[in-house]
Amino acid sequence: MTGAAMATSPPLVEMRNIYKHFGGVHALEDVSIELASGEVLGILGHNGAGKSTLIKILAGAERADAGEIRIEGEPVTIENPRDAKTLGIETIYQTLALAENLDAPANVFLGRELTTQSGLLDEEAMEHETGTVLNRLGLQIASLRETVMNLSGGQRQAIAISRAVYFNAKILIMDEPTAALGPEETAKVAELVHRLKGEGLGIFLISHDIHDVFDLSDRLAVLKNGRLVGVCRTRDVTKDDVLGMIILGKTPRGQPPRDAGAPGESVPGAMGGGE
Amino acid sequence: MADRPLRAATTTPRMNPLQRFSAVIGIDTHLLGMVGILAALWIAFDVLTNGIFLSPRNLFNLALQASVVGILATGMTLVIVARHIDLSVGSLLGFIGMFGAIVQVDMLPVGAWYTWIVTCLLMLVLGALIGALQGWWIAYRGVPAFVVTLGGLLIFRNGAWQLSEGKTISPLDETYRLIGGGIEGTIGEFWRWVTGAIAIAGIIWLSLRTRKKRQRYGFSVKPLAVEWALIAVWIALVVAFVQTMNTYHRPRTEIPSGIPIPFLILLLVALGMTVVAKSTKFGRYVYAIGGRPESAELAGVDVKRITRFIFVVMGTLSALGAIVITARLNAAASVTGTMTELNVIAAAVIGGVSLTGGTGAVFGAVLGAVFIQSLENGMILLGIPTPTQRIVVGVVLILAVWVDVVYQRRR
Repeated sequence: MTGAAMATSPPLVEMRNIYKHFGGVHALEDVSIELASGEVLGILGHNGAGKSTLIKILAGAERADAGEIRIEGEPVTIENPRDAKTLGIETIYQTLALAENLDAPANVFLGRELTTQSGLLDEEAMEHETGTVLNRLGLQIASLRETVMNLSGGQRQAIAISRAVYFNAKILIMDEPTAALGPEETAKVAELVHRLKGEGLGIFLISHDIHDVFDLSDRLAVLKNGRLVGVCRTRDVTKDDVLGMIILGKTPRGQPPRDAGAPGESVPGAMGGGE
Repeated sequence: MADRPLRAATTTPRMNPLQRFSAVIGIDTHLLGMVGILAALWIAFDVLTNGIFLSPRNLFNLALQASVVGILATGMTLVIVARHIDLSVGSLLGFIGMFGAIVQVDMLPVGAWYTWIVTCLLMLVLGALIGALQGWWIAYRGVPAFVVTLGGLLIFRNGAWQLSEGKTISPLDETYRLIGGGIEGTIGEFWRWVTGAIAIAGIIWLSLRTRKKRQRYGFSVKPLAVEWALIAVWIALVVAFVQTMNTYHRPRTEIPSGIPIPFLILLLVALGMTVVAKSTKFGRYVYAIGGRPESAELAGVDVKRITRFIFVVMGTLSALGAIVITARLNAAASVTGTMTELNVIAAAVIGGVSLTGGTGAVFGAVLGAVFIQSLENGMILLGIPTPTQRIVVGVVLILAVWVDVVYQRRR
């Protein structure tokens, strides 16, 4: 699905030459990444490397200072989360971004409520649909009308995932998806990533921990100090290679510094000079 | 793997009898507690005043007195739920009331059939515009609501003074005055039963429709007997209310008063605002913002637009309050509504609206308004001096919030 197969049609997502700074701090400098349909791209880096900022720009939570975003080849403007959702970009934040005082159906449909003919909220339909989507994902919550603050971490995660998946997303961003989960739940999320990938979604997996994403990702992009260190196919590298990229900001020996078909990146010779 | 749930089902939470009862009848334990405390207060006052407190005449007055604060408290619920505050509502009563008085007395023909209608419409529009302006400063310019509405408190109180150069404007249009619920300002024998019948039909229709819908989706429903028992209780309450209001006769006549118009307005506003809060997208977003504004924004809620609209609603309700209070006083003075904002906030807080945002019901705030008014009314009947009354209200306010804190911690 990756590489040559995608050469004929434009990639699902292209972020080109993205810049973003907060005050004097350069959070992102000339970062370019691509994502194909049915592909999982892991984005790795230390805290403060710029990975969260990058995906927040795609999700509409932040705006880039410069750069271009294309979805299926079309240049798009993403000014807020609503724009992103309209384009089929759904995000599962590390914090999950749930309204803790509301119940599961209210959270799944927040911003996109189902209404009756009279324009009022259709609670029963939303509760029913929430049950359906949870079932489809193999997730379960005993009491759908319970407020989220009374649910467990795994159940909250289930709600956040349901919300991202229910509206037929094309692009899914998962920020530290398993950081707060136990082994069983982590396995559940991994299985889900495989399933959604099989359905043709493009998925960004963001993590500071290589073990979380290595086995799930088709390719890995490494960021350090706001710059892209490199992008590599997961099957071509070892975990140690990638750790080297994360820590030293250098691409491994014998490895192309960037992925084929990802234009516009400056080839990093010696990176990490910002420190 | 696929057949295992992400996390085992939660165990059924242990419930005490009150919680179980509230779950069966579908009313929040907090509201249920409020009703209980209010009932206890009423019975206590009735005993202490030898039956004066619960006499039809006093209940009629109580309904009248609670109206303005109750109307405003429904809007304040949304404001506080969304983590804001509005300190300007008392001043807005004065300013919009003065504006309305000038419009009907100085600008429109006195006694024309349309005078009261045009006046009311203009007042409501002005209220909405002022709300939109304050909301714009809060939502789009990032000035905290406390500051904007504190500014509004000063601006509109003194604006009211400037509009009339300190004069009190009176008397007001005769039809307009009916809205205030004076001697003639009630709906009589026939219409009060029509109102009651509509309310009863509404209760039955709503209960059965919800039940049918839940059954269609295969959700659990209450036993049919419980459903009808609940409907019967609600109907009994409606009948008791209408009957009580009817046993108070207009002074020196045998004509039953019926329901005072301001209280009818309060009931309609409370009903309407409950629907807005619970069953519209706007209401849902208000609670989502109160839960966590950042989450609401990330979920795709236009937090700024919703925030501004909350203040449009509050401004419009302030105008409605201004109409009722000036109509009742048959006058507009620049001091009208002084300190009302504090009673309104107290009513909402006593009614269970949490100042940390995200929780609280419109109905609770209305109960809070009735509670505060009952306290004042009862103490007046007992001859307790005004300063003592205010002190008691202050103490009750702190106690009410303390109870809420304990209740929240227990959950």
